[in-house]
Amino acid sequence: MDPCDHCEEVMQPYLDRSLSVEEKQAVELHLDECPWCSKRFRFEQEFRGYVRVACTEEMPPSLREKLAALRTPLL
Amino acid sequence: MSDTDTEGRRIANEARDRVRFEEDALELSDQVFRVARGLVNSREEAEDLVQQTYERAFRSWRSFTPGTNLRAWLLRILTNLNIDRARRDQRRPQTQPMEETDYFLYNRLEQSAGEPLEEDRVVERLSQDDVVGALSAVPHDFRDVLVLVDIGDFSYQDAAQILDIPIGTVMSRLHRARRVLKQELAERSVEAP
Repeated sequence: MDPCDHCEEVMQPYLDRSLSVEEKQAVELHLDECPWCSKRFRFEQEFRGYVRVACTEEMPPSLREKLAALRTPLL
Repeated sequence: MSDTDTEGRRIANEARDRVRFEEDALELSDQVFRVARGLVNSREEAEDLVQQTYERAFRSWRSFTPGTNLRAWLLRILTNLNIDRARRDQRRPQTQPMEETDYFLYNRLEQSAGEPLEEDRVVERLSQDDVVGALSAVPHDFRDVLVLVDIGDFSYQDAAQILDIPIGTVMSRLHRARRVLKQELAERSVEAP
């Protein structure tokens, strides 16, 4: 398999830190010498953070109050 | 000690445990809301879902085992309610999503720019609204896992427990979900070269 195809194949497990030590070293060796793949890895890493920020919305205060009102009343 | 005293103490203990449970659950509401908001398409739906989750949690608080993961327990209620809701609404049938490879989105961005991308944060070429829109187009089996792990920060193990699926399924769905998300996003935000 072409080394860049292989690198793409293992990008997610690499970023999830679920590769074995040997597999991880092999990826890093390739990334050191391949700007094409390393740009794409960096993008994926940024992308995950970006998705998290874009899809995170603060809880509205009115909902907090509604939930607090669901508590069992103290006698 | 009389039976009345024992009974009185039992009731007092139970009331104390219940108050503690409710307080602990309420402290997690921000995180529960965050997951709910990722799972559904509007803030209003997310609010309803969170409210239903807390109503059910407070009703069935006795089935929670103290000392176990309360956040996972609450989210299991939430994801089950969400599945019921999806069934009731009979939303579009779940089709197998198209799936591109992992470099797809970056490649499309580069093709559309017509030259290699040199800036530090290529990701800022994407609009946050498009990201939200793309997430809502991910079929819900995949979306549930993506939201729990990549937005809610749950471990694979916790996600498996919440969704009642094997950990291997969490991993394979997560990998596919990320690819589908990028594919959806490419369709929304990148002009075809």
